[in-house]
Amino acid sequence: MKFPTWIRADSVPRVGTARVGTGDLARPSRAQLGNCPRLIRCLQAAALAAAVFLFTGAGDDSARFKDLGHRMMCTCGCGQVLLECNHVGCQTSTKMRDELQAALDRGDNDDLILQGFVQEYGPTVIAAPTATGFNRVAWVMPFLALALGVTFVVYLVRSWKNRPAPALADGITIPRGSELEEFREKARKETDL
Amino acid sequence: MSQIGSFALLLALGLSAYSFLAGLVALFGKDAASARLGETARRAGIATFAAVLLAGIVLVVAAFNDDFSIAYIFHHSNRDLPAAYKFAVLWSGQEGSLLFWSLLLAGYGFVLRLRYKTDQRLFAYASVIIAAVQVFFLLILNFAAHPFAIMQGALPADGTGLNPLLQYPEMVIHPPMLYLGYVGFTVPFAFALGALLMKYPGEKWIQITRRWTMVTWCFLTIGVFLGAHWAYAVLGWGGYWGWDPVENASLMPWLTGTAFLHSVMMQEKRGMLKVWNMSLIFATFLLSMLGTFLTRSGVISSVHAFAQSSIGTWFLVFIGLTVAVCTFSLIANRSHLKSEHKLESLVSRESSFLFNNLLLLVVCFTILWGTFFPILSEFVQGHKVTVGPPFFNRVAIPVALLLLLLTAVGPLLAWRKTSVESLKRNFLFPAIGSLAVGVMMIVFGVRPWEDPSFFYATMAAVLSALVIFTVISEFLRGGRVIAGKSQQNLLSAMVHLYHRNTRRYGGYIVHFGVALVVIGILGTPFNKEVEKEMGFGDKINIGPYTLVCQSYTQDDNPNYANEWAIINVFRGGKQITTMYPERRFYKASGQPQTLPRIYPSFREDLFLVTDVYLVYEGKNETTGRPIIKAHLNPLVPWIWIGLIIMVFGTIVALVPNAAVVQVAATTPVRAPAHAGAGD
Repeated sequence: MKFPTWIRADSVPRVGTARVGTGDLARPSRAQLGNCPRLIRCLQAAALAAAVFLFTGAGDDSARFKDLGHRMMCTCGCGQVLLECNHVGCQTSTKMRDELQAALDRGDNDDLILQGFVQEYGPTVIAAPTATGFNRVAWVMPFLALALGVTFVVYLVRSWKNRPAPALADGITIPRGSELEEFREKARKETDL
Repeated sequence: MSQIGSFALLLALGLSAYSFLAGLVALFGKDAASARLGETARRAGIATFAAVLLAGIVLVVAAFNDDFSIAYIFHHSNRDLPAAYKFAVLWSGQEGSLLFWSLLLAGYGFVLRLRYKTDQRLFAYASVIIAAVQVFFLLILNFAAHPFAIMQGALPADGTGLNPLLQYPEMVIHPPMLYLGYVGFTVPFAFALGALLMKYPGEKWIQITRRWTMVTWCFLTIGVFLGAHWAYAVLGWGGYWGWDPVENASLMPWLTGTAFLHSVMMQEKRGMLKVWNMSLIFATFLLSMLGTFLTRSGVISSVHAFAQSSIGTWFLVFIGLTVAVCTFSLIANRSHLKSEHKLESLVSRESSFLFNNLLLLVVCFTILWGTFFPILSEFVQGHKVTVGPPFFNRVAIPVALLLLLLTAVGPLLAWRKTSVESLKRNFLFPAIGSLAVGVMMIVFGVRPWEDPSFFYATMAAVLSALVIFTVISEFLRGGRVIAGKSQQNLLSAMVHLYHRNTRRYGGYIVHFGVALVVIGILGTPFNKEVEKEMGFGDKINIGPYTLVCQSYTQDDNPNYANEWAIINVFRGGKQITTMYPERRFYKASGQPQTLPRIYPSFREDLFLVTDVYLVYEGKNETTGRPIIKAHLNPLVPWIWIGLIIMVFGTIVALVPNAAVVQVAATTPVRAPAHAGAGD
């Protein structure tokens, strides 16, 4: 499991032209938010921090080499990330690493370097789907599934909670309120496990 | 030799087909003749095990006898292969591993059929379903992937040898463990489907299958982790999980199986989620089959694609049939699965199980989606895309962290309803402890705001600590209550406590193990690596270690020739060990293989243990000197320790509860049952 390549400035999927912290979402008015400019400032600061956090890219060349090298696959057939292909005598990964270093030395930006590799080795050289066209679906679906799942479970829990209790046989009453709390406290004390 | 094996396989097919058909017919009758027919079906199922076992023995004996007239032995063994690996030949290739799968299934069926008196009717249903799965595997073995096929032409003098990657001690135990897990899920699947078809009254079938499910889950857990350890110790890239499709295939049934182990408690305790649990166990079995399909069909490119053939179609048909049968059974018997879903509170154990299931399934869906997206992309866009580690890390890890949070919080919630006061009381110590861990990480130099990987590592550390402190506080809290009542010391009281509810406290130990595994993983952003050509006396400095090349040499034996370096490892000017990274060249297969060497620094750093990981990358042909790649992988050993604790926890949970201790109540209590926390 490789952590260092999780979120980078130019690899975060974007939908349409929307960006984190901006966009055309209807903003609640000051009146709606109440009289709390401090809250607004906090929200703005949090949004700014999130944007900086998500969009800060690697700066120096060695970090960029490591970053880009982990965003591409070795094409020798080993199925490994470029910088992790280590099988003895792999000519392909050595050549690709040299090409990557040469591109960095030329001063190419990340997009240009990745495009160059795609043209030379095909789209499968990129280790994860790009955030363009149909490939966006790859990124959207898991989060959509999570959102739908959470909505469904919340709906389920609320509807089960609101269901009426089943009818009881004559003569049986369910303890409620303070009486129930009393029983619960007794039970807790005796079975406090 | 091959004739005996072939005959045994044909006999096994005949017996299992009889066991299936006769058992099926017997299920419809209620007279004495049907009972007798059912008994013959049961015995035929037992005899199937004997026949498949014979076939398996014949194949192993053929490997030991170097019988290269059998094509499978020729392709997967050679005369100089060490004995342990000759045994492992059974599961080293397509045909042998299918035979091994069939053997394990027959073994599970054998045990099940011997224990039929537990519940004759339910076991008869389960036996028929297992026989159906057995027939499928034996059909493949007899007609599509025959392990006893004869070599054509002149008899070869020697075999082409076992794949070098498989010549490692762990490969003798990793596949059997994984297969025991995959195959084992057939048993709870068979019981679940059987219970559904016969409209089994009540939840007793769950109690009957609980141990089967837990044992199977334990085997799958061991199998998955041994696979990761094998990748770490053999492949030499310094990592243990590459999100390869076949690795993913082993993780998916593990995730749904884990979800089932949790949600099934809601059915046992509250009679809820009957359809859901049935669907989960069906999905787990189908995902096990899907994993096998992925390994063998060649439909997905994978480093594990050791066996690509037409049997993928067989699996596809079988999976399709199983989906149809399961769906039809669920729809036809939906009235039997009706349950009264009623929750008293949003803050309850029931809600936490629902969210736990949701998150486990979202991770499972993400992995399934990522694994199959290349095929979908080819269908829609006309070209494949790669869905590799960056995708899975970015999508699955945030969800996994949420899951870790639930692992910590869930045990603190009571069934039905948890009061805010009780939550505060139980949560205070773990929350303070875990926040302290986060603060300590920042004090010691981790800057979570500087890099997303550090942020995730910090979050993982805080949540793992939360899980660990929760488990400790649960043991302490329960132990104190028992100690107060019975005048025992705290340790004896905790042992006593465990015996009263082994499953609950075994489960907590498993959670503890999971937290340790996460701690092992979170060290990844802090990995270091250095690569250098090393002559005599040359040094590599990495972290607090200095690696000095003492010498390099080569050797030769009948199985392989090798080159290796002798590297002395120093820390603080003191030599702590010597390591021998190696590269082998296997003669029979003509393939090279690197063998990394790993030194875990337990003696130097007990808690922040680090692996010094050396790889002999190759040799500079001009200078003749070795190229050594050194990795420093912090915390990785905790992953393997976590596994041991998870296995221990599962074993602990399998122990039956001690008899309930009767305590005289001082006041008559009319409170409803399950008012406190359960398991």
